[in-house]
Amino acid sequence: MTMVDAGERMGQAGQAERSATVPDRGATSTLESDAGGRPVTDARPGAAPADTPPGPADTVLATRDVVISYSGAPAVRHVDIDVQRGDVTAIIGPSGCGKSTLLRCFNRMNDFIEGAGVTGQVLFEGIDIHASDIDPVELRRRIGMVFQRPNPFPKTIYDNVAWGPRMGGYSGDMDELVERSLVDAALWEEVKDKLKQPGHSLSGGQQQRLCIARALAMSPEVLLMDEPCSALDPIATGRIEELIESLRGRYSVVIVTHNMQQASRISDTTVFMYQGELIEVGPTARIFTNPEKQQTEDYVTGRFG
Amino acid sequence: MAAGAAPRPRVTADQLRKRRSRSLKEEVIRLSLLGSALVSVFVSVGIVSVLLGEALPFFGEVSVSEFVTGTTWTPLLEPRHFGVLPLVGGTLLVAAIAALLAVPVGSLAALYLSEYASPRVRRRLKPTLEILAGVPTVVYGTFALAVVTPTLQAILPDVRVFNALSAGIVVGIMILPMVASLSDDALRAVPQSLRNAGYGVGATKREISLGIVYPAAFSGVISSYLLAISRAIGETMIVAMAAGSTPRLTLNPLESIQTMTGYIVQVSLGDTPAGSIEFQSIFAVGLGLFLMTLAMNLLSQKIMARFRETYS
Repeated sequence: MTMVDAGERMGQAGQAERSATVPDRGATSTLESDAGGRPVTDARPGAAPADTPPGPADTVLATRDVVISYSGAPAVRHVDIDVQRGDVTAIIGPSGCGKSTLLRCFNRMNDFIEGAGVTGQVLFEGIDIHASDIDPVELRRRIGMVFQRPNPFPKTIYDNVAWGPRMGGYSGDMDELVERSLVDAALWEEVKDKLKQPGHSLSGGQQQRLCIARALAMSPEVLLMDEPCSALDPIATGRIEELIESLRGRYSVVIVTHNMQQASRISDTTVFMYQGELIEVGPTARIFTNPEKQQTEDYVTGRFG
Repeated sequence: MAAGAAPRPRVTADQLRKRRSRSLKEEVIRLSLLGSALVSVFVSVGIVSVLLGEALPFFGEVSVSEFVTGTTWTPLLEPRHFGVLPLVGGTLLVAAIAALLAVPVGSLAALYLSEYASPRVRRRLKPTLEILAGVPTVVYGTFALAVVTPTLQAILPDVRVFNALSAGIVVGIMILPMVASLSDDALRAVPQSLRNAGYGVGATKREISLGIVYPAAFSGVISSYLLAISRAIGETMIVAMAAGSTPRLTLNPLESIQTMTGYIVQVSLGDTPAGSIEFQSIFAVGLGLFLMTLAMNLLSQKIMARFRETYS
């Protein structure tokens, strides 16, 4: 992809317009090898043979030799991954393995942590997001984020969704955008009659779906989710997982989770990290049934972590 | 149960029984803590009863309605008039000028401290700001007379030697650190996760500070305003020195006025005999002052209580 393409894509606002450009998922779940010689993984087992010839994968987000350190101590070391457009990519690993740090690096949320530093390249649509002329505010409008604990604004349900687009200068029909975002977040039916009530009046699971609606209202290219279910009960978790399923193809989702079952249920690609290093990355079915690395096998079979 | 574990001694009822010495100690501690807590309650009750005790005879001679609605205050001159409105007006004028200065500047200072200042700058700036709160008010009064009033006179020739504007500005400077410091506390109590949420949807720091953090902390911020204003209403030394002693119902800040506190000082320092109506009048004015600041504090507490509910 050229820089010109990427620029045009950044200018797109319409969701429907974008989803039309997203190729069929089955054809794109190939994970390319990087310069470091990691093996090229094939399309997911059982996926229909791609109609298009196996060309360069449609990578939306990539890291090249990324090292993230806090006050000089590296928390993430030499990570190279490619996130495919329209896929759900799960990052798994035990606590402290650097998975959240890596996720926050994708929309430069680490900028707010004193002493945090990044080397290597994080490429969004081929653009180095740490280049000096990149505005992190513009970046975050295109790479949305959902946090560990539901954190709705102390505003009404409507304003929780509308605030971001309003600040971003959205000029379309706000009511329509709010409804569409809440529908996409599978929350509309529950809140359509109480849009003027405070976001805090909802249950924890509903609040988290409200936060997802808030992120979707920005029509992001990529949606980052940092253990979005860790504060939720199993039923609320199930609803979020269904919601993530429904976003597949329309959004590129990167989700950090230490719930392995969750990763295996919802993701196309799984990234396994351990002690700041990328151990293995591949199609989820293979990572969970036939991993190449012993450490991955030990982790996914529950021998540690 | 694991085989071969050593048998553990049974717990006897004796071991669990209450001990007299322990409960006695607990009781002593509880009572002495209660006593300390009650001191300020008793003092408040004492103050109110003294105020009422002296003010009630006053209201035997001057009707409450004359006191509350009268627009002339000449208690020391014949013919005597006991309309408290000029004093209330003077008090509110000074407090309003002070609030007009301290609320915007203090809010902006708080936003800077809480949202923009690096931890290093903040560590130095906040204590410096709080030093202002420790300056004796007589020093502020001198500052008003020696610096602020001459400066105002140089700009506006109509300014009197004693005037409400100069006193109001300096009272505003005095309550500024209170507004800044308390508002800063309220802003910093807003969870970081809300700021992150704002950044997550691509908002700028300004949008988050003004659109998320400030509204979220609004009740706490409002209550800092009210506490500071009630401090301004009760401020005595600065107004006694700089505002004058001419009870006058006016909105013109360039004129000399008198505040409720200023009047109380004037009579207390004079040779007014105890038991005279002039003497009693200061308790009536004091009672009014007490009720005004009490109302402000109650309002501020009510708002604070709502604030606590916001994110629990």
